[in-house]
Amino acid sequence: MNILEFTLVVGTVSSLAGFLGALTGLGGGTVLVPILTLMFGIDIRYAIGASLISVIATSSGAAAAYVKEGFTNIRVGMFLEVATTVGALIGAFLATKLPTSLIAIVFGIVLLISSYLSSRSHLDKPIDRVPDPMATRLRLNGSYPTPEGQQTYFVQHVPIGFSFMLLAGTLSSLLGIGSGAVKVLAMDQAMRLPFKVSTTTSNFMIGVTAAAGAGVYLNRGYIDPGLAMPVMLGVLLGSVLGARTLVHTNPKVLRKVFSVIILLLAIQMIVNGITGRI
Amino acid sequence: MARAQQQWTEHKFEQWLGKLLRGGVLLSAGIVAVGGVLYLMRHGMELPSYQVFRGEPSAFRVLPEIIETGLTLQRRRSLIQIGLLVLVATPILRVAFSGYMFAKQGDRTYVIITFIVLTILLYSLFQA
Repeated sequence: MNILEFTLVVGTVSSLAGFLGALTGLGGGTVLVPILTLMFGIDIRYAIGASLISVIATSSGAAAAYVKEGFTNIRVGMFLEVATTVGALIGAFLATKLPTSLIAIVFGIVLLISSYLSSRSHLDKPIDRVPDPMATRLRLNGSYPTPEGQQTYFVQHVPIGFSFMLLAGTLSSLLGIGSGAVKVLAMDQAMRLPFKVSTTTSNFMIGVTAAAGAGVYLNRGYIDPGLAMPVMLGVLLGSVLGARTLVHTNPKVLRKVFSVIILLLAIQMIVNGITGRI
Repeated sequence: MARAQQQWTEHKFEQWLGKLLRGGVLLSAGIVAVGGVLYLMRHGMELPSYQVFRGEPSAFRVLPEIIETGLTLQRRRSLIQIGLLVLVATPILRVAFSGYMFAKQGDRTYVIITFIVLTILLYSLFQA
């Protein structure tokens, strides 16, 4: 396979990953690194660099649509970005120190956990009526549009949410993923934000977090232009098409199929990591 | 009333920022595509080698060198890297603009928080 063929195949596979990722809401980045390493035999460090680049592209492209709906809480996002960007620096530092086989195993485990997290149903919990002093001082409380009009919410457990975000940032750059599932977990479960506010604010943060990791990787020579080019363009094209198609389809079955693919890739990553083939 | 007014301006500003983000991504994708075509024209028939990690040469890694070799087309892949730099810069620019919005609202706490995030982002990009 020469470079031209390689570029076309990687571009096609990436657009498929981006398409399915957008359609199912599970994100294309999660399957990219396993596919690039397992199918194409690419060193996991090149794969992580290219994947992180594609994460910035999709999250920045999608952010515009989300903001329009008025769900994003900018202060919560900005405050937690302190944690995710510091985490991203830690993750990128770890990536240069840890053996690749260990990174592969961690990747597999995180993949398993996030697919479990995003497969659970989301019932919005009753909103806490008591304002948290720390959240109030940081002006994190907000409101969002519901069918019954603007609904006010009070943010809870700020330190726990902040710590989770540190972890989310670390995983994001260590593994080259958006780690949206962990971000949503922190906001939705710990900080008690309404689910829709959590998902849109998470998406708002993903691009900034990934940019912090990508900066380090660029300087460390992890981002290869010949590989990042088809991956970024492919995922971007696929996710735009996926978001358009989403309006017309019921992705329930597709979500199940995609979850099974993720499960198989996760196991493959762990096995290959343990046997030292990655 | 003041609160509603503030949320409205925030909302308008955010919509404008969303457009900026999209513009940045489109510009980046355009540059990457042009660089990609030029790269494939010269190297398309060679064999890819990503099995072993070597790390990128300084022309694709060090910012001033990327820009110099990219704009002069000495290295066609540097043009791809310039496109990727535009992409990385897009969310950073967004953070900077959010800081401007907080400053206009007189929200000192969030100007400081934004400044911290911005510092971390710029450090990661310019550390080498």
